[in-house]
Amino acid sequence: MNPIFSVRDITKFYGNQKGCEGVSFDLYPGEVLGIVGESGSGKSTLLNVISGQLEPDQGDVLFDTRHAGMVSTTAMAEPERRMLARTDWAYVHQNPRDGLRMAVSAGGNIGERLMNIGARHYGDIRETASGWMGRVELDTGRIDDRPSTFSGGMQQRLQIARNLVTGPRLIFMDEPTGGLDLSVQARLLDLLRNLVRELGLAVIIVTHDLAVVRMLAHRVMVMQRGQVVESGLADQVLDDPQHPYSQLLVSSILQV
Amino acid sequence: MFEISGLSKEFHLHHQQAARIKVLEGVNFSVLAGECVALTGESGSGKSTVIRLLYGNYLANQGAIRIGGLNVADAEPREILEMRRITLGYVSQFLRVLPRVPTLSVVAEPMMNAGAGEAESLDKARTLLTRLRIPEQLWSLSPLTFSGGEQQRVNIARGFIHDYPALLLDEPTASLDAVNRATVLDLITEAKGRGAAIIGIFHDQAARDEVCDRSIDISQFAAMA
Repeated sequence: MNPIFSVRDITKFYGNQKGCEGVSFDLYPGEVLGIVGESGSGKSTLLNVISGQLEPDQGDVLFDTRHAGMVSTTAMAEPERRMLARTDWAYVHQNPRDGLRMAVSAGGNIGERLMNIGARHYGDIRETASGWMGRVELDTGRIDDRPSTFSGGMQQRLQIARNLVTGPRLIFMDEPTGGLDLSVQARLLDLLRNLVRELGLAVIIVTHDLAVVRMLAHRVMVMQRGQVVESGLADQVLDDPQHPYSQLLVSSILQV
Repeated sequence: MFEISGLSKEFHLHHQQAARIKVLEGVNFSVLAGECVALTGESGSGKSTVIRLLYGNYLANQGAIRIGGLNVADAEPREILEMRRITLGYVSQFLRVLPRVPTLSVVAEPMMNAGAGEAESLDKARTLLTRLRIPEQLWSLSPLTFSGGEQQRVNIARGFIHDYPALLLDEPTASLDAVNRATVLDLITEAKGRGAAIIGIFHDQAARDEVCDRSIDISQFAAMA
């Protein structure tokens, strides 16, 4: 099996300030990679660079496209990259308000991504949107309601439906359970885990929640001061961390 | 099926006076298909550490751990995950699952991960839960609310739902009553019968005598500090 996504020696500075430095990894289909580290460790910068929202100072990001195989996404023309972001890639924001159109109905939010790639038949779009609402356990009777009338957990599930409707193969997630109640987090994690297994998705998930890593991620990278200090099998890094910073991170988890 | 050679493990605790704790040195043993082997030795001798090293949950410092065709000691994470999905099952002492997921799904999950269909996996989960005497009215509830003995039986059901060619068992009969203990021993005997290689920790001497073909004393591999 070949990697679907390959990050090679990515470095990004903000002036003299280091964002991230020398980060490399491969991701395979069906694999969930967790990126952990405290605020300012460079994990969000890395996510923004590899998802094409920030340009790296150095390094390359390759994606296994359906038509041309492994292609450099940093060298890609902007329209092509935007097309990728609408089809094979998805980005789930921490705050659903950043990933949804709050003034458009729930069904419209899901349908918009389909229309962006050329769907025109209203009945089909509505049916697909309704199907996806069911899959993420939203009441399909609320298809015409605006997301502003939804709870935080429902908004997050709607954002996931909007992202998955185009059948992406790679999903970037930035603290997807961050602003949610604990009870809602567990349900969202269960949903994500089932979708990953059913659809064989590759996922890169940035989080500071090590419980999310244990339940969802196969592999984990620990970042400190812009660099990857340890990476490996998720449960191995959590149960037998090698680097001093990983040990500190794991030993700081509060027990309930 | 299992071939362990020259295996060593040391913990380096950077934040606790930079302590270096050598646990195991030069672990050598192998286990054949159809064989059940008990790891013995007093508490703290490193039995659970061996089990965790074999599962890839702890990182080996030295040596080789061959399970099927894979050397766990230097395998890529995805190779270890593939091995856990298909080849190597593990019944740990603790049940670690997502909250709010029903017991039936929790038990069926490893079989579905191994590639079986949903209906078939749920059927086998029902059969195992029945054999292990988990009352049917509990199947739709999360096992996290169960008693210790019930949680352990859910863990056992997860470990036996897929026909793993290799199995690691960490005290599978520890908090069970006589009837359930007998069921677990039956499950182990059946797994041996279909050719599974099994490594277990059994503090229950009678259980060990009943299902194990031989013992390996782990304290012979204790590292000299």
